[in-house]
Amino acid sequence: MTMKMTGGQILLDGLVKEGVDTIFGILGGAILPLYDTLPQFPQLHHVLVRHEQCAAHAAEGYARATGKVGVCFATSGPGATNLVTGIANAHLDSSPIVAITGQVARRFIGKDAFQEIDITGITLPITKHNYLVRDAASLAKILKEAFYIARTGRPGPVLVDVPKDVFNEQVEYHSPGKIDLTSYKTPLKGHPAQIQKAAALINGAQRPLIIAGRGVIISEASLELKELAERAQIPVVTTLLGLGSFPESHVLSYRWLGMHGMAYANMAVNTADLIIAIGMRFDDRATSEVNTFAPNASIIHIDIDPAEIGKNVRVDVPIVGDAKAVLTPLNKLVQPAQRMGWLQQLDEWRREHPSTDIRDSASVLPQYAIHQTYEATNGEATIVTGVGQNQMWAAQYYLYNRPNSFISSGGLGTMGFGLPASVGVKMGRPDLTVWCIDGDGSFQMTLHELATIVQEKLAIKIAIMNNGYLGMVRQWQELFHGKRYVATPLWGPDYVKLAEAYGIPGVRVRRREEVIPAIQQAMAYDGPFLIDFGIEPEENVYPIVPPGASLSEYLEIPEKEVAWQR
Amino acid sequence: MATIKHTLVALVENKPGVLNRVASLFRRRGFNIESITVGQSETPNVSRMTIVVDGTNTSVEQVRKQLDKLIETVKVTDITSDNIVLRELALIKVKATSANRSEIIQVVDIFRANIVDVSTDSLTVEVTGDEDKLNSLLNLLHTFGIKEMCRTGRIAMTRGNINEMGRRMSKQPESPES
Ligand SMILES: Cc1ncc(C[n+]2csc(CCOP(=O)(O)OP(=O)(O)O)c2C)c(N)n1
Ligand SMILES: [Mg+2]
Repeated sequence: MTMKMTGGQILLDGLVKEGVDTIFGILGGAILPLYDTLPQFPQLHHVLVRHEQCAAHAAEGYARATGKVGVCFATSGPGATNLVTGIANAHLDSSPIVAITGQVARRFIGKDAFQEIDITGITLPITKHNYLVRDAASLAKILKEAFYIARTGRPGPVLVDVPKDVFNEQVEYHSPGKIDLTSYKTPLKGHPAQIQKAAALINGAQRPLIIAGRGVIISEASLELKELAERAQIPVVTTLLGLGSFPESHVLSYRWLGMHGMAYANMAVNTADLIIAIGMRFDDRATSEVNTFAPNASIIHIDIDPAEIGKNVRVDVPIVGDAKAVLTPLNKLVQPAQRMGWLQQLDEWRREHPSTDIRDSASVLPQYAIHQTYEATNGEATIVTGVGQNQMWAAQYYLYNRPNSFISSGGLGTMGFGLPASVGVKMGRPDLTVWCIDGDGSFQMTLHELATIVQEKLAIKIAIMNNGYLGMVRQWQELFHGKRYVATPLWGPDYVKLAEAYGIPGVRVRRREEVIPAIQQAMAYDGPFLIDFGIEPEENVYPIVPPGASLSEYLEIPEKEVAWQR
Repeated sequence: MATIKHTLVALVENKPGVLNRVASLFRRRGFNIESITVGQSETPNVSRMTIVVDGTNTSVEQVRKQLDKLIETVKVTDITSDNIVLRELALIKVKATSANRSEIIQVVDIFRANIVDVSTDSLTVEVTGDEDKLNSLLNLLHTFGIKEMCRTGRIAMTRGNINEMGRRMSKQPESPES
């Protein structure tokens, strides 16, 4: 049976069929007809954000927390360009989102009409794919393809640009039928011969090490990863975005590697004779100087994206495939092993270089505040972060035992990601305890989302690591630029009063003994809550591997931290 | 590592914006395209691009994989080291006077090129061949003076019983990339 539908109806009907329940967006002239159709689809809940960048970040937070595709709407021109940072973020962190933008009506395209911008051109290099819809008749098919492309293979953002008059165009509705993307290949199963080679390498290795990335989380392969690690007694480190792919409390976990990773994790990489890299892409923040990366190791690289293989490091056994689909047969070929010597060595390094000490201080230390949040939440919260020192401390001083419990901007390092991403996480998973650990600089980039939080009644707990600095950059100035603090001192408002103006309660914390009560108060309150942690202004993140150095050349917390004075 | 000239053949769906996607990818990955040609292939709705770029083997392999990832590319092959037929076409408008006209025609004949237009003070030459042939002819014609020239850029095809589509069919998508 066919019936007449408008482009807008076809689009929203398509969203419902894809299982969408939440949309983040802001409307405007070009997308108004679509919004006008929204009330006909009460299954779709629209969350009005305060800036389109946050619509994309929220969609990404939603996607990461639920494993579903996140959806955002924006109008043409400035609405669409405001999405760009959020789309780029999803692109670099392989998050599935579909962005729908309104476009000027077809007869105006190419005429520099009011709020006309070539958003498909602009987003070409930062989307997995994008579409400019030419008629309502093609909408159902395009939408189905967009979702399929966004969530399959290596996930990523897809943008669909829809001219205003297409929303109103009436056409006979035809079901999109089956996806027909002949030239879109998603390699899933690993090549059996390669898997055999990998198993042989693992079985023969003395000092193997698994490096698990976000691909393990996306593929939902944590159980398979655990089986591999336990069966063959292989220690596991993760990348920053791989946090939670393997429980950090597990005896075989040596936490995470990279620029601010644990000293012992980085030493493990440098000493290993075999690296089994799963769903990670050898990002320079993880490998540091790539020419000195894992100098003693053969490398097995399992990744779903063939273009990642051999991009940054030489690989001995490449396996193109989905992590779960590769690990399942691989585990059958891997022999049980004992690696007492290797594991003892790692334990010794961990004892000697714990990397997450917290010194005594009457003032508020970020490490202490975050660790206390970990204790108070039993390690069960989902932590969403800003970018900078706050992000690194959040990664270091909270232990992540569950996939997607650490949600952070890795590839793009987008300040301002934290608050809007928390909105998406909490919308998608109201059952989760969500803490946004933010920097004062990052928070000031998207603090308007407090309004969204209130409007949607989201019980998000916000912890600002307020150091009065663009701290991470200040740290670089201190260590690498002769302490010249150019443009990093950062004034901020009274964050508690600010929250209050939005109707959100909060407390200021300026002394160590206030830390635990503040966290308790935040948890006891049934609703959003803000804590302004006035932390040591010049506290640094350690360990740090200086740029250009090998992973083993990390700097640790100086023996005697000077007492800071304000 | 030494860079050499690579010939890539890309089969792409014939959809708006595909050329832009391909060209933009080369730019983003820092490659200078020496020439790019697009036209129909033997399959309806599939266009064939021949792209010539300079690069090391590994860097070109990287960009080939990135190209292959574009949703609308069916297949990308680096045929540089294959046994291939290369052709390029050029139109060259040469200054000609009644005095040297016949000399030009002789040169053109030697190269089995054609004169496709004649005017009082010029001849337009059409030549097809590999780049060496075109370059040699151009060298000779330079002595007469070249008023205008355009070259199509390289098109290429593997010799013998291989076709790019078929190559794709026989290749398992999950085969190792090394
Ligand atoms: C949008 C954006 N602009 C600039 C930067 C560069 N940058 C990286 S960290 C940082 C400082 C972050 O300051 P804050 O949010 O206060 O965090 P802190 O490091 O102090 O914890 C800056 C400016 C960035 N990552 N993102
Ligand atoms: Mg700060």
